[in-house]
Amino acid sequence: MGVEQNQTLGSGFVTTSLDKLVNWSRAKSLWPMTFGLACCAIEMMATGAARFDLDRMGVLFRASPRQSDVIIIAGTVTKKMLPVIKTVYEQMPEPKYVIAMGACASSGGVFDTYSVVQGIDQELPVDVYIPGCPPRPEGLIYGLMKLQEQIMRERNTFGAAIGVGEVVKG
Amino acid sequence: MCDQASVEKLKAKFSSAVLDVVEFRGELTVTVEKSRIVEISTFLRDTCGYNFLCDLCGVDYLGQETRFMVVYNLYNITTKKRLRVKVPVEEQNPCVDTVSGVWSTANWPERECWDLMGISFNNHPDLRRILMAAEWEGHPLRKDYPVQGPDREPYQGRLS
Amino acid sequence: MALTENMTINMGPQHPSTHGVLQLILELDGEVVQKATPHIGFLHRGTEKLSEHRTYNQVIPLTDRLDYLAPMSNNLGYVLAVEKLLGITDKIPERANVIRVLMAELTRLKSHLVWLATHALDIGAMTVFLYAFREREAITDIYEKVSGARMTSNYIRIGGVTEDLPEGLEQEIRDFVVTMPDHIDEYEGLLTGNKIWQKRTIGVGVISAEDAIDIGLSGPALRCSGVDWDLRRDAPYCGYETYDFDVPVRTEGDTFARYKARLDEMRQSSRIINQALDRLKPGPVTADCPKICLPPKKDVVNTIEGLIHHFKIITEGFDVEKGEVYVGIEAPKGELGYYIVSDGSPMPYRMKIRPPSFVNLQALPQMVEGRLLADVIAIIGTLDIVLGEIDR
Repeated sequence: MGVEQNQTLGSGFVTTSLDKLVNWSRAKSLWPMTFGLACCAIEMMATGAARFDLDRMGVLFRASPRQSDVIIIAGTVTKKMLPVIKTVYEQMPEPKYVIAMGACASSGGVFDTYSVVQGIDQELPVDVYIPGCPPRPEGLIYGLMKLQEQIMRERNTFGAAIGVGEVVKG
Repeated sequence: MCDQASVEKLKAKFSSAVLDVVEFRGELTVTVEKSRIVEISTFLRDTCGYNFLCDLCGVDYLGQETRFMVVYNLYNITTKKRLRVKVPVEEQNPCVDTVSGVWSTANWPERECWDLMGISFNNHPDLRRILMAAEWEGHPLRKDYPVQGPDREPYQGRLS
Repeated sequence: MALTENMTINMGPQHPSTHGVLQLILELDGEVVQKATPHIGFLHRGTEKLSEHRTYNQVIPLTDRLDYLAPMSNNLGYVLAVEKLLGITDKIPERANVIRVLMAELTRLKSHLVWLATHALDIGAMTVFLYAFREREAITDIYEKVSGARMTSNYIRIGGVTEDLPEGLEQEIRDFVVTMPDHIDEYEGLLTGNKIWQKRTIGVGVISAEDAIDIGLSGPALRCSGVDWDLRRDAPYCGYETYDFDVPVRTEGDTFARYKARLDEMRQSSRIINQALDRLKPGPVTADCPKICLPPKKDVVNTIEGLIHHFKIITEGFDVEKGEVYVGIEAPKGELGYYIVSDGSPMPYRMKIRPPSFVNLQALPQMVEGRLLADVIAIIGTLDIVLGEIDR
């Protein structure tokens, strides 16, 4: 409607408290989509198992993209698999986040070959990169915590939720 | 685990087709002509007892007169002996008869050989790409295909 | 007269139960599968092409990532093939062989634990997943103490192993293995007598012995169809012929038989680990081939020959005689084979990996025909496939 800058609900005390409430509810119950491709998937499963429990952080693995908030690309992305990843990413509802877990998802990893996409950030907007081959479960938990901090720093989330303006990433 | 007896029987029956017999590190390799591979495979399976085809692959000897070699690694479960059969395939006509009628396990490895090397197999039940995407062009495992793919600049530095 | 037609559905590359990126196109008549076509290649990373551009030592980490549930088995197969090519198989010291057997059997336990966890999880038993991963964490601790990494160990090297076992590790492995039979009894108590488990697995995915040999099955899947073949016993490597273990063979050929056989294999692995621990005697862990095996660190910094050999092996690699070898070992999933062609240079000319899961997956369409859709999940689990190995 001809408005150039991002319309927000303002930054008064009540609106920022409502923003904080929305951010808290999003950050503390992130539901990832199980997108384990290769070896990093096993470390993701191990992080979800008994020793490094992910459930205590509110993380519940969902099999359907329609019910998830974040997609953890764990493993090597090949050119044959790329259209599938894009379809699944597009099926996720907003707000959605992407975590690139491991060296292969971040930049191609050890595999500098004809069939490997050199990093998923060539196609999807990545929020957190977790290095390692495979990253330790503590590394994955640290990456998830960094994403939680990033979500907590967002502004105008309540406004965006009721239709006034867009989210301003922190 | 050498099986000289089977090689002697093979040489006796198919003397014109056997091109070379080499022994290296206790393993026997027999090179045969590609036109008679199905008969030789059937003979090895039925008479010499090689009922298990461990592996089937192609090797690209770029620069030599017959560019490709299809290699069959066989195993005899009863006598526990191994044998290797190689078949030279020239570049102008890169096709061999399929042995999936002799050992059904050859189906997918032959598809992989076609996909990655470009060696086609006559009378194969389902010859199409298996590891690369269906619309991929080129045969990646050939020696003249760049390792990083044709659309990227090759790596300029040292590897170690 | 009702007019029906078959329904074609896609069990896509992204699916929680396909153990990786496997696509199955299923033609169904109601719930009964008429035809199943697997599509693979979604994880093809070009390992074989990449290994033609790396020295023999640099390929070892690439092999870790093939069957990522059993990394040291892949290392072992490759290293045995290269040692055969070099002709130094007799020079491997005794302690290195014992450590290799120890690590290979721990890896077998690790792989079978993940198999049990995911197979049971797919069929619906989630508790077994948590219990099996608890045991797996103990084994990953051992991996980490020995090699530095939880999964991709890169521990078994040409000529021996990287380093000796650290202090106190033998006692830790012994303490772990003593508890293993009780844990296996725990899994059996949860699953074997369970009516739901029995109904989902008995009679499902039957394959006869002739079909199994013809289609190329190997490993526990073949042994449960009545064929008594185990490469550890029939074509021994690393001194396996001196260990005392049984090979479980069954004749029913269905999913339940494969489940019982893998649990028995886990018990036998515990036996072998105990025997290996009793055999550990002090000694070198690398062969005495200075041009091939990396010298110990104190030689590298104190002697000039150690420095030169270390430099040359790391930067250029070592020259290998022209020739070709094929070595197959009994990986947890079946026969893992490496066919290496050398042309005299420090890099392999051609390395072909014969993955057991690639050939085992070929048997899926005939095992699934005529069964229900739910049995497809059970059969994928029982074949124990790993897509990293299939697609390489």
